[in-house]
Amino acid sequence: MPWSRQQMAERLAREFQDGWIVNLGVGMPTLIADVPLGEREVIFHSENGVIGYGPVTPPGQEDLHLVNAGGQNVTLLPGAAIVHHADSFALIRGGRMDVTVMGAYEAAANGDFANWKVKGAKGGGIGGAMDLAASAKRVFLMMEHRTRDGSPRLLQRCTLPITARGVVTLVATDLGLFAPTGEGFAVRDLAPGATLDEARAATACPVSD
Amino acid sequence: MARRSKVVADFDAAVADIPDGATIAIGGFAQPGVPFNLVAALGRQGAKRLTCIANTTGGAHKPRMPDIGMLVENGQVAKVVCSFTAGTRASDVLPFTPYYERGEVDAEIVPQGTLAERLRAAGAGIPAFYTPTAVGTELAEGRETRVINGREYLLEYALPVDVALLRAHQADEAGNLRFRRSQRNFNPLMAMAAKLVLVEVEQPILPAGAIDPDDVHTPGILVHRLVQVPPPPDGIWPMKREAR
Repeated sequence: MPWSRQQMAERLAREFQDGWIVNLGVGMPTLIADVPLGEREVIFHSENGVIGYGPVTPPGQEDLHLVNAGGQNVTLLPGAAIVHHADSFALIRGGRMDVTVMGAYEAAANGDFANWKVKGAKGGGIGGAMDLAASAKRVFLMMEHRTRDGSPRLLQRCTLPITARGVVTLVATDLGLFAPTGEGFAVRDLAPGATLDEARAATACPVSD
Repeated sequence: MARRSKVVADFDAAVADIPDGATIAIGGFAQPGVPFNLVAALGRQGAKRLTCIANTTGGAHKPRMPDIGMLVENGQVAKVVCSFTAGTRASDVLPFTPYYERGEVDAEIVPQGTLAERLRAAGAGIPAFYTPTAVGTELAEGRETRVINGREYLLEYALPVDVALLRAHQADEAGNLRFRRSQRNFNPLMAMAAKLVLVEVEQPILPAGAIDPDDVHTPGILVHRLVQVPPPPDGIWPMKREAR
């Protein structure tokens, strides 16, 4: 059974250490804000200046003045603070993010990744991805291992315009958890039932145990 | 000493003198802090060849709210400067997109933190700065970089603004502003960057002195005109987005 998006979120959340400041990107990574962390305290930061937000607000109780990076109405946890955009990105560039978790189209063996522009498009969506990727202490990606037509997304080199060079720490996919090694990807964990051979067949560069 | 109130009667009066060719900054991130009413008034006013600066061109979600895409559809926009010139999903087709693909409007895509800092710099008397953001990407191709303490940085220039359209939660007649929750976002930076600052205000505008000076987010010396947002349906307020 491949991991569901929820299981990918839970697996990445297991990597968080007590006291980390964590930035969650648009899409799949927003699932992480709802994962129980037990005894660990983690503070979620959002590009729009919200520091210390919690789960998505239950329907009917939304505060329309308060959103996360994905535009979802969220809750504030005790101890939360709000700053303007320049201060929010000063925290990012200033190296305060222990990890940023983002979606991606491609990840490469050399730690490059691409998540802002698709093939043939004139426009793109950068948002805060380039700032976060350049300056967070770690970059975790959350993505399907293959495209809809079955092509690998984990590659020797990115084919799409990159978001940042050589920054990826971990990649969670439906098949498992992988770390770029320079030459390929090392398996850190496999989804239940997924095999090394299956991961190798789905990846366009060497996959090591 | 006499004190002049900055309160203006309505949105149309606030935007009446915006000239063709102006550079307009529009606050907001998702819905919080977007000056929907001032953007709608700018659409009615009809100024042309505008350069519009905002986080996005808007328009991927329902209900549709007044946004840059609407001004593009009106034929008012020459160029946008945004951190998104496509939606957050590859399948999104924004109202802006077909105009951009046909070459009828130009676009400069800027990383979000660089956009914020370029606005801040413009208001802070800093003409340019170096940032690690976008180094090694196609955005940096052909541009000036410099290695400082062993790390490569990209030169970015300040982004000055003619007119800022903002939304705040509270204001006093002196123009002091207070934002609520994530409504703050780009608004204080655009106030710093702009020569003319127009603000739509959610709560009844207060007498000067009613906001404690320690609680002011944007000082009134940066603010020129205030308009109170009427309750719906006359005023436009954030609405819950439909699930997609």
